[in-house]
Parts: sequence; structure tokens; C-alpha cells
Amino acid sequence: MKAMGELVKGIYRENPVFRLALGLCPALAVSTSVQNGLGMGAAATFVLLGSNIVISLLRKVIPAKVRIPCFIVVIASFVTIVELVMGAYLPELSKSLGIFIPLIVVNCIILGRAEAFASKHGLGVSILDGIGMGIGFTFALVLIGALREVLGDGKLFGYMVFGPRFQPMLLMILAPGAFITMGLLMGFFNVLDGKLKRKAEAAKKADGGGR
Amino acid sequence: MDLGQLLPIIVGAMFVSNFVLMKFLGLCPFVGVSKDSDSALGMGMAVIFVMTMASLVTWFVYMYVLVPLEITYLRTIAFILVIATLVQFVEMVIEKSSPALHRSLGIYLPLITTNCAVLGVAVVNVNDFMVTDLPRAQSFIFTVVHGFAAGLGFTLALVLMAAIRERLDLVDVPETMRGIPITFIVAGCMAIAFAGFAGLKIG
Repeated sequence: MKAMGELVKGIYRENPVFRLALGLCPALAVSTSVQNGLGMGAAATFVLLGSNIVISLLRKVIPAKVRIPCFIVVIASFVTIVELVMGAYLPELSKSLGIFIPLIVVNCIILGRAEAFASKHGLGVSILDGIGMGIGFTFALVLIGALREVLGDGKLFGYMVFGPRFQPMLLMILAPGAFITMGLLMGFFNVLDGKLKRKAEAAKKADGGGR
Repeated sequence: MDLGQLLPIIVGAMFVSNFVLMKFLGLCPFVGVSKDSDSALGMGMAVIFVMTMASLVTWFVYMYVLVPLEITYLRTIAFILVIATLVQFVEMVIEKSSPALHRSLGIYLPLITTNCAVLGVAVVNVNDFMVTDLPRAQSFIFTVVHGFAAGLGFTLALVLMAAIRERLDLVDVPETMRGIPITFIVAGCMAIAFAGFAGLKIG
């Protein structure tokens, strides 16, 4: 039950992008299409999982004072692996993600999880935490990517969704569209959160009144 | 080489492809430290300094260590270590010379390490000025100027945003949009304005 909680919390309750406002740069920059979003999400999940495993295993060896440089070296090694593998097998995706692959190193989600979670918890939960946060990040990227691709290009996964007379909103594919989509989505999640909270409170009150 | 070649690089890095609004680099401090103009300016200065220094140092590391040893694929690891060291150094200098600034910047100074704009400028420099067959001196000057201009562009966006957000405090924003969401909408409007520079041709 608790393990399940570690896995699920990254998806909605502690979603790194929408709730914690971490990892914003790649979330906005590569989310021009669902495909890019998925690629970036997969790459970041791999790095997150790898670094969580290694740091959780080394947590008793790494001295507290130099822990941040140690974390960064571990993360950078995994990022280099991703960079080389993606360049070799998925050259097109690698090209469209561009400098944002090396920049996974400075993605605050990964360093944040290493510092806040993996360096304090055992291997099992750290793996679950890594996977959960990775899925949450990928979910956010795919959601933003889908909205921007459908509105800005009239396509989803590269297939047309509207008829040929659809006028694409070019703005959504360009930089400003990313900011506006992000702002509106965060607002939407705030509304959702408020609704859920009120519901929980009402349920509590009803429960208390019944007794 | 004449100085006219530098102008497109400067204008390009500051306006046409502004690091924050067009390339989405350094958004965390852009959202986090833009609550008032003073700390925005302080943060901007720190970033300009770190970015220029990082461009300079990574140029030497790339040209004189990574290329001769043929380990250019390790550039991500090498660059991030150099930048982390540099940030530590800047933090110590600011702590000694201006405690007030150090207090107001708080946790954001160490966070420059994970400011993707700094590593981003190093990676862009490699792609634009180092792997091409520019003469060495020219590649060096372009790299440093680009780093400085990118820092200026970051500061410009940050200070403008701080000024807008100070006024935004007096406005009745719907509750769900308060804080970060409305900041993103404002950033979107700023990005539209900056997109107007896209057709600019210099040189």
C-alpha cells in the first residue's frame, strides 16, 4: 500500500511539473508534439531511475559535504549514456530534442529527487519513486504536447485530426503558446485541486454529523 | 574579423533568440526570483558573471582538454563540473563582499548550478562556435561575447518580469490563477512581444 503510494504520488498529487513547478524548461521547450514529449519523458525517466538506484545504493558511502557534486556526476553519466544511445539509434528524435538532452543533467526534478528522496531511502522505494516521478513528468509533457500539437498543427502523433479546412493556431507551436498553455494548465490543476479538497472536507463534515 | 560580426551575435542572444522567452532556458529562476526588482537585478548580475565565466572556462576545457584527448563525448560531465565549481566560487565572493545581496538571493545562488541557461550557453557555444572551422581567436571571442550577451538577455527578461509582477500584486487576479499560473500567462505575452524581433536582420 505504501509502496503503491510512492509510485502514484508523482502522477497527480506531487506531479513534478504542474504541482511542484520543477523541470519547466524541457517541459515547455520540447512539447511541440506528443512524440517529442514522449521521447523526452522516456529519456528523463531512464536517467531518473538510474540515478535513483545508484544514489540510493551509495547513500551511506557519499560524504554529506560533497554530496551535490557526487549526485551531479552520477546524473551526468546517465545523461551521457542517453545522449550516445539516442544519437546512435534515434537520430531524428535526438535532432529534434537538440540541446535539451544534455540539459537533462540540470533538470531540477532529477537532482531534487536524488537530494530529497534517494539519498534518504532504500533501494526499493527509490526505484518506485523514480518510476512514478518519471511517469508524472512524461504525463505532463504528453499533455502539453498534445494540446499544442492539436491546436497549433491540427495533428496528433503526426496524423490529421481535423478536416483539411482547419486553420492551425500557429501561436501554439511557437514559444508564446508554450507559456500560455502552461499557465492555463496550472490554473486548471488549481481548480481541480480546490474542488477535490472541498469534496474531501464536505465528506468529513457529513461523516462527523452522522455520528 | 571585424567587430560588425559581433553585433548579430549580441542582438541574437539578447532579443531574437532570448534565452528565457524563446529558448526556454533558465525558467526556474525566472519564475522563482522575479518577485521584486532588486533581487531580480542581483540574480541577473550573478548570472551574467557566471555565464561569461562559464563560456570562457568551457572554451579552454573543450579546446585544450577534450579535443586533444578525443573525449568530446564527455563534454556534458566536464562542463557541469566546471560550472558547479565556478558557482561555488561566485557564491563565496558574494557572501564576503555583499552579505545583504547574499541574504536576499538566498537559496537561488547555489541553484545557478542547476540553472539550465548556464549549461545551455556552454552547449550552444560548442555547437555554434567550436565544432565549426572558425579560426581559434575568433571562436574564442564569439564564445565569450555570446555568453555575456545571453546573460544580458536573461537579466533583461528577469527584470522586466519582476517589474510586471510588482504591479500584478495590486491587481485582482482570480484565485486559481494567482502566483505561478498568471506569471506564465504574462511570460507568454512577453514572448509574443519578443517574437516580433524574429524578422530582424543585421549585418
